[in-house]
Amino acid sequence: MSLQDKQPMVGLVDEQAGPLSISEYERHGGYTAALQALSQKTPIEVIELVKEAGLRGRGGAGFPTGLKWSFAQGEPATPGYKYMVCNGDEMEPGTFKDRYLIEFNPHLLIEGMILGSFAIQAEKAYVFLRGEYFDAYSALDEAIKEAKAKNYLGKGIFGTDVNLDLRIHSSGGRYICGEETALLNALEGKRAQPRSKPPFPPASGAWGRPTIVNNVETFCNVPGILRNGAQWYKDLGLTEDAGTKLYGISGRVNKPGLWELPMGTPIREIVDEHAGGMQNGFKLRGILPGGASTDFLVEEHFDLPMDYATIQNAGSRMGTGTMILMDDSICPVDLSRNLQHFFAQESCGFCTPCREGLPWVEQLLAKIENGEGEEGDLELLDQNALYIGAPGNTFCLHATGAIEPLQSALKYFREDFEYHIKNKTCPYKKKQVNH
Amino acid sequence: MAKLFIDGVAHEVNEGENLLHSVLSQQLDLPYFCWHPSLGSIGACRQCAVISYANEEDTRGRLMMACMTSVTDGMRISLKAPLAENFRTTVIEWLMENHPHDCPVCEEGGECHLQDMTVMTGHSFRRYQGPKRTWQNQDLGPFIGHEMNRCITCYRCVRFYDDYAGGTDLAALGSRDRMFFGRFEDGTLESEFAGNLVEVCPTGVFTDKPFAQSYTRKWDLQTAPSVCTHCSVGCNVFPAERYGEFRRITNRYHVEINGYFLCDRGRFGTHFVNHVKRIKHAGIKESDNIFEFGDPDRAIEQAASLVDDHTIGIGSPRASFENNFALRELVGKENFCIGVNDQELEILNAIIKVLQSDEIHTPTLQEVEQADAIFIVGEDISNTAARTALSVRQATRLVSLELAKNAAIPTWQDAGVRDHAQHERNPLFIATPAATRLDDIAKDTFSGSVNDILDVVYTVSDHITDETTDEQQFAHQVAQALCNAKRPLVITGSGLASVDLIHAATHLCAKLNDTGVKISLLVVPPEVNSIGVALLGGDVSLSSALTRITAGSSAIVMENDLYQRESKATLDKALESSKLVVLDHLEHSTVEHATVVFPATTIVEQSGTMVNYESRAQRSFQVFEAKSEIQPAWKWLNEIATKLAKPLGWNTYEELLDRCAESTYAELLEVAPSADYRIRGALRVPRQTHRYSGRTAMHADVNIHEPKTKVDPDTPLSYSMEGLNPGTQNGATIPYTWSPGWNSNQSVFKFQQEVGGKLVSGDPGLRLITPNGMKLPRESKNALSNDRNDNTLEVIPIHQVFGSGELSNYSWPIQARSPTPCVLFNQADAEKLRLAVGSGAKVAGLTESLEVKVDTRIPAGLIGVPANLFREMGSTLGFDQIDHDPDFVAKSKTSENLIAKG
Repeated sequence: MSLQDKQPMVGLVDEQAGPLSISEYERHGGYTAALQALSQKTPIEVIELVKEAGLRGRGGAGFPTGLKWSFAQGEPATPGYKYMVCNGDEMEPGTFKDRYLIEFNPHLLIEGMILGSFAIQAEKAYVFLRGEYFDAYSALDEAIKEAKAKNYLGKGIFGTDVNLDLRIHSSGGRYICGEETALLNALEGKRAQPRSKPPFPPASGAWGRPTIVNNVETFCNVPGILRNGAQWYKDLGLTEDAGTKLYGISGRVNKPGLWELPMGTPIREIVDEHAGGMQNGFKLRGILPGGASTDFLVEEHFDLPMDYATIQNAGSRMGTGTMILMDDSICPVDLSRNLQHFFAQESCGFCTPCREGLPWVEQLLAKIENGEGEEGDLELLDQNALYIGAPGNTFCLHATGAIEPLQSALKYFREDFEYHIKNKTCPYKKKQVNH
Repeated sequence: MAKLFIDGVAHEVNEGENLLHSVLSQQLDLPYFCWHPSLGSIGACRQCAVISYANEEDTRGRLMMACMTSVTDGMRISLKAPLAENFRTTVIEWLMENHPHDCPVCEEGGECHLQDMTVMTGHSFRRYQGPKRTWQNQDLGPFIGHEMNRCITCYRCVRFYDDYAGGTDLAALGSRDRMFFGRFEDGTLESEFAGNLVEVCPTGVFTDKPFAQSYTRKWDLQTAPSVCTHCSVGCNVFPAERYGEFRRITNRYHVEINGYFLCDRGRFGTHFVNHVKRIKHAGIKESDNIFEFGDPDRAIEQAASLVDDHTIGIGSPRASFENNFALRELVGKENFCIGVNDQELEILNAIIKVLQSDEIHTPTLQEVEQADAIFIVGEDISNTAARTALSVRQATRLVSLELAKNAAIPTWQDAGVRDHAQHERNPLFIATPAATRLDDIAKDTFSGSVNDILDVVYTVSDHITDETTDEQQFAHQVAQALCNAKRPLVITGSGLASVDLIHAATHLCAKLNDTGVKISLLVVPPEVNSIGVALLGGDVSLSSALTRITAGSSAIVMENDLYQRESKATLDKALESSKLVVLDHLEHSTVEHATVVFPATTIVEQSGTMVNYESRAQRSFQVFEAKSEIQPAWKWLNEIATKLAKPLGWNTYEELLDRCAESTYAELLEVAPSADYRIRGALRVPRQTHRYSGRTAMHADVNIHEPKTKVDPDTPLSYSMEGLNPGTQNGATIPYTWSPGWNSNQSVFKFQQEVGGKLVSGDPGLRLITPNGMKLPRESKNALSNDRNDNTLEVIPIHQVFGSGELSNYSWPIQARSPTPCVLFNQADAEKLRLAVGSGAKVAGLTESLEVKVDTRIPAGLIGVPANLFREMGSTLGFDQIDHDPDFVAKSKTSENLIAKG
């Protein structure tokens, strides 16, 4: 088995050499999946294969990709009527996996999008790219030019009668654009506020037409599935979930970074083997497993495999799979304050609990962190967390995600909060000076 | 119907509507902000949370937003469950974090939806300790005050202004907890519906600026049900009074006409009542425009001495039906003129023919909103009947509701419907001489002279039966759209002063009717009671009246400035040495010629009936008693008649109405209940709220003695806080909306059968014309002569919603908002004349220069002039009759964009 078969997404990447060129990509079998699918398969067959492979969305929610595509498969099949959109607005704190994929393997994304667009019969596709991703933009832009020159994009691609116009839309820059319907509004040139669902984008998305929005990493899984088959893909995973996953770690480890590993690799293995373990003198206390908007995992969870179901059962979400590690030198109150500052700032301003509730939460946390906390503040925090965080209380899931790290911090690190209030000081401030 | 269990009690509601709508329709209280009955749901404020249970066994339930949830049969919800109540209180607590504690000095205080909802949820103690956010406010022009610190970010303003009314200069700016609702820079809000922001905003961000200048709390205002006097639509309004002065207009809900919204001419046009030029006393002309005031008896004597069997009575389309009747009674039908020029008389008679025919239906505005294809012929409705334009705008969205239904999106889910339908619209075609403010939603427009438009209309008629024509042609597209529609509508009117247009539109509709298309036709008459006075009728035309006056006949002119009807030259000559009795509100040019003048009450100081474009007679009740000698025209007329020993037979309004109904339309008595109508057999309807600040403060501008309550002999309303306004009484007698816990205008649902439906006791007003079997004429046009040539320009009247209304032009906010009178050219003609946009043009026959504007649509060879100057010039102007005026200074730029951008 070649490296590419074990690591279908990043196996070919040579970080020193920069983005993989089209010739390099093709030399290792790139675009053969697309050529084969477009000339020999029907769109339904592509969807069935992806369904069978068990690919789940890598943006965080883990929705089965093939199933999602099938929602947009039906009528109307008017050419150009549907849209395929790639969500490349990677703004989740601690997450940098999509950036890596686009910067180093842009043709993989393009091939994945060609296959996806073919599957839902879309003739127009957009990559909605985070505005700050300049290098990714130029890598992808160059790759699209290369693909167009080879007639892999445009009219009658791969010598078939399939058309695909692929464009990059560089975001104006808001975290909420990662929410797929806010992304669509932004794409249409409107305020980046989420839309109410239903209608869901597969029924009515961009410009009121059926639209599929998938994450960059999701698309990057597709060419491998088409090339090597569903069974190969399922076999890659260590647990029930199929394929490989880009896992990342930031925090006080010896080698922070990003690795493509089999789905279901245990947390401790990622931390100790791939990230080289904790730095000397620091003890791992908690993990935000899938970016900032997921609940903390603590010591008792560190041997769990990182897959969708296991992490969910542990009370959190695998999310983007890029972990933020909290060691024992970090104040959980200050960390929470920092996160709530981010989420309050990134609220779109549409619904009340998120717009007005999160800034209040941030103020309360700052008050506690600054040694000004009073009796009752924790109860206020609890109440706000309860009313802001329950899904359905807010218009979209931004605030729900924002509250996840807070509610779990209040649960696992409550004594830290209480200490701050009781002693009117932050015990970590002194500690940090020593390191 | 569906069964909905609310806290264990079964209610019958409509399946598919949203829960909030259903709950409110059951007259239950549930707080909300972002939802609005006309704007639908968006789910932004999260205030209307309820608990929904999966089934009878489910005791936990799930929190959901009522406004975003469809009602299903058998659904179980709770409004009172602790989780729902606590969540709703928390939402208010969040909203109040930044809301200032300025209720005592806020214009909204006492009628603030936010105050009401805060009290309703029980939030009373402040736990948030952070600083409040503050903003710099904007100057939004003469109508709307702006205080952003009060904003609770419900998004209603932009949803009304942009989404509903088509405005483009108000936006939601910023994000997170720094949302700003305003313009990109200070400046007058451009939309003629901006005033509705005052009522749409649930708190005091957008307020009535003119009202704020002489402010009174809602509870200290005296109000009565009235009808807007500023165009022929007949919107229902609540005028309000304090200390004997008119203070403001608010919307009075009528499901078939104005619904929840008014235009700004209607809202801000009535300050003419307080104008310094108000005639306050009866006067006799002594010499050269010097009147002697102070002796009304002598004035009556003097007037009586002028009246004989040949005295002409000139009534008015802006006076009530009863006042016109009173004058007609005094002088006799043979001497009565309805007070419009001959051209307009012809137009009114043509409109009445349309109303009488049962071949064509004249729609209510509610029906206009259901029209799935619309063709506008000649009339610039945004300026002549603005509220109609707002309804047309809604009609073009019908297709989006259809698309939504097909995509399983509830039609009340406003954002979803709009996102899904995007720019899909029903066909709207506009044929006018110049650009209109509906062009942005028109499928296609046609620009031309009256004759060009006539050609188009007759061509459309031809295309109905002949399908072999050019598909690209405007007329062909219109014919197709009207024929394919389920509820097609043609709109025309008197705006271009052409009866031919009305004939052409009638012809087109008759032809459509012949082919089995159920067509509606809305013809816009010029004024509030044009149809009423035309139905009353008189034997004398204005031209013959003027001839007789010139020949020496005396005349009584009532509530009519004849200078608005005929050219100055004609009138100066006719009235030069006339024996004229004038009864009116304001000192206008006709008053200068009066021998005797009487101060007449305005619409808010008297009761009367107005007949709108659909021949709907509506009663407007007196709001307050006018000061000094001012009294209704019908009283003066009776006093003159009594002096002549020929009393007209009425002493009260009630007696006048009886006489009027007896000799004209018996239905007039059914339009509203008579003066002896009592609630629960004993109580009058109070004009004052039960919270009126005590009787000793009622005349605090004069003294602090308690005045004796004046008994109103004319209406079932009282000049007092005593009585009942339960909402179940006759809809024509609702003087204000208020309900326990609901101090704001949001309380209107307590007066409706269901949210957005009819009033509890039905909608006021009755159509006087019952269509009969009369066939409409189908004759085609005569060949039209087009006498345009290279050296002349055809003159077209251009109407302005702010600037073309006679009475509203005396209202100071409207004056501040009106543009400099302007002249419209095609680009090429302006260049030919070497006139730059914004410079001044001297036009022959006019004393004042006009501002030069170039219209994107007006064709070369046409010149648009202000409608109220149209009569001063001939049908054509030579290029040599227009000159540059180097000394011209345009009014400040506050009123830009009143001419459509096109």
